[in-house]
Amino acid sequence: MNREKLFEVKDLRISAYNDEGEEVKIVKGVTFDIHKGEVVALIGESGSGKTTISLATLAYTKPGLHFTGGECQLFGNDVLTMPPVQQRDLRGGNVAYLAQSAAATFNPAITINEQVTEAAVLHGRLTQAQANERAIELYHALELPDADRIGYRYPHQVSGGQLQRLMAAMALCGKPDLMVLDEPTTALDVTTQIEVLKAFKKVIKEENSAAVYVTHDLAVVAQVADHIVVLYSGEIMEQGSVDQIINHPTHAYTKRLMEAVRPIPEAGQGVEVSGDHDRVVDNIEVRNMTAGYGGIVDGEPVVPILKDINVSVKNGHVVGVIGESGCGKSTMARVMAGMLPPARGDIILDGNKLEGDLHDRKLSELQKVQFVFQMADTALNPKQLIGNIIGRPLEFYHGLTGREKHAKVAEILDLVELPAAFANRYPMELSGGQKQRINLARSLAANPEVMLCDEVTSALDSIVGANVIKLLTNLRDKTGVSFVFISHDLSTVASFADEIVVLYAGRVVEQGPTDEVLEPPFHPYTRLLISSVPEMRIGWLEDTMQKREMAVGIARGVEITRVGCPFYNRCPLAIEGTCDLKVPPTLELENGHQIACHVSLEKLLETERETQQILHGYEKLGEEDPQVHVP
Amino acid sequence: MTEQTATTKEEEVLAKLDAFAELPDAPPKRKFRLTWVGYVSTAVVVFWLVICVIGPSIAPFHEMDMDGDDSFLPAGEGEYGHFYLGTDYLSRDTLSRILYGARNTIGISLVATLIAYLLGITLGILAAVKGGWIDMGISRVNDAILALPTIMLGLIVIAALGSSIPVLIGTAAIIYATSVFRIARALGQDIMVQDFVEAAATRGEGVWWIIRAEVLPNAAMPLATDFGLRLVFVVLFISSLSFLGLGVQPPASDWGSMVRENLQGLTYGSYAAIWPALSIASFTIAINLIVDDISAKAGGSLAKKMV
Repeated sequence: MNREKLFEVKDLRISAYNDEGEEVKIVKGVTFDIHKGEVVALIGESGSGKTTISLATLAYTKPGLHFTGGECQLFGNDVLTMPPVQQRDLRGGNVAYLAQSAAATFNPAITINEQVTEAAVLHGRLTQAQANERAIELYHALELPDADRIGYRYPHQVSGGQLQRLMAAMALCGKPDLMVLDEPTTALDVTTQIEVLKAFKKVIKEENSAAVYVTHDLAVVAQVADHIVVLYSGEIMEQGSVDQIINHPTHAYTKRLMEAVRPIPEAGQGVEVSGDHDRVVDNIEVRNMTAGYGGIVDGEPVVPILKDINVSVKNGHVVGVIGESGCGKSTMARVMAGMLPPARGDIILDGNKLEGDLHDRKLSELQKVQFVFQMADTALNPKQLIGNIIGRPLEFYHGLTGREKHAKVAEILDLVELPAAFANRYPMELSGGQKQRINLARSLAANPEVMLCDEVTSALDSIVGANVIKLLTNLRDKTGVSFVFISHDLSTVASFADEIVVLYAGRVVEQGPTDEVLEPPFHPYTRLLISSVPEMRIGWLEDTMQKREMAVGIARGVEITRVGCPFYNRCPLAIEGTCDLKVPPTLELENGHQIACHVSLEKLLETERETQQILHGYEKLGEEDPQVHVP
Repeated sequence: MTEQTATTKEEEVLAKLDAFAELPDAPPKRKFRLTWVGYVSTAVVVFWLVICVIGPSIAPFHEMDMDGDDSFLPAGEGEYGHFYLGTDYLSRDTLSRILYGARNTIGISLVATLIAYLLGITLGILAAVKGGWIDMGISRVNDAILALPTIMLGLIVIAALGSSIPVLIGTAAIIYATSVFRIARALGQDIMVQDFVEAAATRGEGVWWIIRAEVLPNAAMPLATDFGLRLVFVVLFISSLSFLGLGVQPPASDWGSMVRENLQGLTYGSYAAIWPALSIASFTIAINLIVDDISAKAGGSLAKKMV
């Protein structure tokens, strides 16, 4: 490649000093180049130093860190040794930074346009009038709705995905030479992620700007990057073109990262459940449940979330609950746990009806249903020793004390594959994955029958997350606990759940055994979710955008409707006059597979055949027609 | 050769990944060290606390004895003994009065602050945990007290009940309990919405256990730093009451009234008012510096965590 070198990072070293004054090396001699119009991806797990390196391009470090060596040259000038006045001009002027969370970046009290144009005007790169014009151009390029007027809105008046794109407009407004994107899609739903990725890719290409893309997600990298730098613990493991790294990785660590990439959701990945733990009655069951927030008026919640939910969990089974944010996944688990009493409907445990409010439930009932919180960081009391955190349920439910309790704590730590010595540590002294294991261990200590896991792997790195899933599978086999596993990540659920419940806007749109749900016929929403899971394949983004469900499905938020099918406004098969007015009927298929849709089964199957044909046309895989079960 | 080092490095990385892949290999460190400022300040505070106990026994004179030859004598040898810091307006030994006064000033403030804390934390956490009408009731009463200027309120209460040490302690305690309540309630509310409290609630734990095991340990550190500050305020409050003549009643000594009594001496070039003022300053500043040091440490470890 003979393109002009824009930015050179040469033997960059960054260190921190701990309380004892010892030097802790964070970045240990990193060298790479960025050419004009090129996207360089920095990839690695948390603690690999990728964000620290990306910030160095702005001649900035987080407080407590120091540059100890190396150079960062923009057009041959070292930005690290520039006088502060020039560095100030560089930041937001030559190099623009996009933080992970747009919601935290935008000031809620100032209109979007003012914030988007601020840096460009401040650095004198554009006048306010030019900047306004440029901003509108960018809104169009980023395919924002109502592009001419969106700038007059406040940040809370646009959706999360739109805000993320607006942040890109903010960065691009002053025509920076280099853009730094720090995990810009990590916190988004898959469907929103596609929308943002597509816009980023388009605008980077049109503007011919260079970018540093920081992420831990290889599948995302495969879509946007030209050059990949693989980092581990502040050192470069491997770097090369996207084709080279994705298709022919050489370093063992890169290969390990590849393995942790979740497979494309497909039928047949789940593990067979042994019949060891079977019983006559279902473990936990929810019947005709309606729930919401804001109190109950006339038997209906003021803010309805879930409507007429029927879900049952068999002994020793893993039921995956999937849907975008705002679909009511967590609410469902909270109702089961008794944290939110339902407005209507029953919760049944081992054939006995449970009280809606956990304060009215018996201790033995509380013990049998355990809730595992999403964020281990906040779910574990920072002032309690691990031994006490795990020991408390043992003491509380089972009356264990003293030596007996200690022995049991060690046993449970072993069950979650942690050393017994961890009992004497505080949560702060553990890594993220280890904390999540403790979080699970606390629930396990109660010796429950059902564990409600709310997005327990969402905040973890891919390798760590994969290990936690492995652990959960082992636990299921060893203890016969049933799991309700909530996730927005279909591939995680597909690789691990026995049954899948697809929630959309508070309704169950499809449910059944994993293998059935992931095979056609699909509910149109399930189809959208499956198509949105990024594949680690160059060109996937372009391919998937060709699919018809993408045209209407993405870039729209979840809306909870009181009449008709909530998916109506995003559905490629929507029937006007029916779908928007009547509640969809439930189509019963074999093995308890249910789809709630107005569209006939034949039509769903036919659509699927068309989709496959389009897909195969692109992929040229030449496979046979997808296997289809007709009931 | 280079290839070989490359592979060993790869192996090293993989070994790290396999054996406790998920990072920290460093053993947990739970050292708590103050800076030298912290040590000096602690020494000063400890010194004054010791004086509270042994002050009267090491004082060269009794606090009420008028042993000097004259008022406002400079430091030095007098007819009846050595006045290390000179004499005050009634020709009493300034050093002895400071040594005696430590007991009153620091003792009263310490007891008052402790009572203020007991009251404030109990009610504050209760309001945070219970919420609803209980919270509403306590908070409004608290707001009403908080709205009155502290010195005015103190003056009115003492004017009505007369000045005695129990009344002083009680007044200071109630006045300062209001701000402790505010802090405790805010902290409690923050902690109550944390997932670990919800986890305890879903387990079926009672209110008492949640307060004791989940809320209080997490509120302890900020409350402790605030304790230092609050103690300083109470010292100053008692001193200012004494300065107005409503605090500790003469002839008993306390630092605040000593400053007031000897103020006129400044015009004669006497240091009799300066020494008690310095005592107040050294004690309060030392406490503030310790508090700063502790909170800087807490903040520092937080920054380290982010790295």
